[in-house]
Amino acid sequence: MKRPDVPHIMRQGRLIPWFYLLPALAILTIYVVYPTVRTFYVSLRNEDSSGWAGDTCNDDETCFGVLENYHKVFTEDTAGAKNVTSLYNTARWLVIVVPGTVILGLLFAMITDRVRYTAAAKAIIFMPMAISFVGAALIWGFVYDSDEKVGLLNAFLVRLGFDARNWLGLAPPSGTFLLTVIAVWVWTGFTMTLLAAAIKSIPGEVIEASRVDGANEFQLFFRIILPQIMPTVAVVMTTMTINTLKMFDIVWVMGGRDTDVIATRMVSELTESRDFGMAAAIAVVLILLTIPVMVYNVRRFTIEEARR
Amino acid sequence: MASVTYRNVTKRWGDVTAVRNLSIEIPDGEFLVFVGPSGCGKSTSLRMLAGLEEITEGEILIGDRVVNNVAPKDRDIAMVFQSYALYPHMTVYDNMAFGLRLRRTPKQVIDERVREVAASLGIEQLLDRRPRQLSGGQRQRVAVGRAIVREPAVFLLDEPLSNLDAKLRVEARAFISKLHQRLGTTFIYVTHDQTEAMTMGQRIAVLRAGELMQIDSPSNLYDHPSNVFVAGFIGSPAMNFFDNVDLFEEGGKMWVDTGYFRLEVPEARYDLYRPHMGKQLTFGIRPEAISHPNYQPADIRPSLIEANVDVVELMGNEKIVYLEESGKTFLARFDPRADITVGQRTGAVFNMASMHLFDQETEQALQ
Repeated sequence: MKRPDVPHIMRQGRLIPWFYLLPALAILTIYVVYPTVRTFYVSLRNEDSSGWAGDTCNDDETCFGVLENYHKVFTEDTAGAKNVTSLYNTARWLVIVVPGTVILGLLFAMITDRVRYTAAAKAIIFMPMAISFVGAALIWGFVYDSDEKVGLLNAFLVRLGFDARNWLGLAPPSGTFLLTVIAVWVWTGFTMTLLAAAIKSIPGEVIEASRVDGANEFQLFFRIILPQIMPTVAVVMTTMTINTLKMFDIVWVMGGRDTDVIATRMVSELTESRDFGMAAAIAVVLILLTIPVMVYNVRRFTIEEARR
Repeated sequence: MASVTYRNVTKRWGDVTAVRNLSIEIPDGEFLVFVGPSGCGKSTSLRMLAGLEEITEGEILIGDRVVNNVAPKDRDIAMVFQSYALYPHMTVYDNMAFGLRLRRTPKQVIDERVREVAASLGIEQLLDRRPRQLSGGQRQRVAVGRAIVREPAVFLLDEPLSNLDAKLRVEARAFISKLHQRLGTTFIYVTHDQTEAMTMGQRIAVLRAGELMQIDSPSNLYDHPSNVFVAGFIGSPAMNFFDNVDLFEEGGKMWVDTGYFRLEVPEARYDLYRPHMGKQLTFGIRPEAISHPNYQPADIRPSLIEANVDVVELMGNEKIVYLEESGKTFLARFDPRADITVGQRTGAVFNMASMHLFDQETEQALQ
């Protein structure tokens, strides 16, 4: 890397900067590096860390030795431990929540800018962000309740002449879809706020120039606004990807085994099955899934910085 | 190609009136400049024509068509913005082609037009660059290029030169004037800079606080300003004003007494001014109508006074002299050879042929 032009008087030699970094490095080592390494080690061990993960394998089954826990994460799908289902469900979450929040966020960002009470409209859309996911899950529990006297959705259906249904008992992917709706409801306010700020930062004259040039509202959005806010859209999408990968609360509160995602599976292994090795293995998989997104985010950030 | 008509146009934001009852007819092919201090409504007037602001009252016509409710894109106009407003995510080529593409112009025609216009503006080597990679002057040309490539009926320019440095601005002025001659399209140009207005406009509309003060050719505005505001706004250094002057006749001649000195009015003005004697009047005279006695032009109506030299600014081609008499300071433009020293008294010759008198109450010129 090229050494930046630092005035001579500010040069510090090679050693001094490390002293400044020491406190931060120490804290990171204790609270990030060590737990990560330790988790990886535990993931290779059996349920109570008394031996290696492959020790209990039966001879007539394929066994991955120390990686047996990972083997289970990607293949096991029993009634009590729907690992494969949880991976698919997390994928479903990503496919729905990330585009869902970004597209709705963009839509609301554009619309709220054009209404009379912009601030109030934005506040209302942002409001769910102030509610915890557990709270949101409870609220939506009332919406999805199977009894039409309680459940809002069923009340509507019955009023329209349909039968009430046990929404949360639906088999995947429908059950998962109902849960993702809640996450979209909560997070759209967040994406809207970031995207609206990005749209606001486009100079008014550029928008006006495109109008004079002949752009209609659609062309204005897709050819002028969207390309200019792509960096923000990318950041919002990666942030939402990470948020969604880590999704836990809603599923834990509302879901059954069929709607499990990676994070709930991990906690189940920990609190119900008391299998520390499996829980750690799932945690490592989750970390590995987020790493590419993080790398992309950091790279983008560096590019943006370099552009200034 | 089209004429433009403002018919009793008013723009209000709540209680604030930005433009009041503006009526102007701009014939096809004219270069009209809106000029005035900031907040005078000049930009608003232009933006209403562009369709970027709604018209509160009155009508604006492009050609024979009332465009009050026509969207900007359907008005057959193009606009150059103060910030240039180039699309940062597009190349210069795409910036220029954008409007044509939206109009579904065939690709080949777009390519021809963009390249032809780029060549005429000397920016063909920049076509693949992004706005961020261009200098201020280059951006300005691209903005103009983007406007002319569409061949609009009317060209709107909103302070297009104010982001350029002084030298580029002079070049760009000539460049835009030439462009107007070449295209022959109606140009409507907004600026706060009276030099730009004077050098480029065929007619100039001077606005103040939303009201049209005067609209006329540059030379008429300069020589016959119809009120104190226009007289003071057009010309640099500004016209000298003396309030509460005394206009009277004595010994068969008419005189103006400024309270500091007395000046003889040319006979040609007697009949014009006589009815206004006794009113409160303001006397105005431009600095270039005051010269040093040794270097006075041949064809003037001289009236000699004496005053103290307060400040002398040698410009090379002239000396801007701050003259002072009994606490009243006024400016004169002397020949650079005039031998004067700060603190001394000097003679000064007023060319009374270019004097102005204004009714102090209405601020209107007596003419």
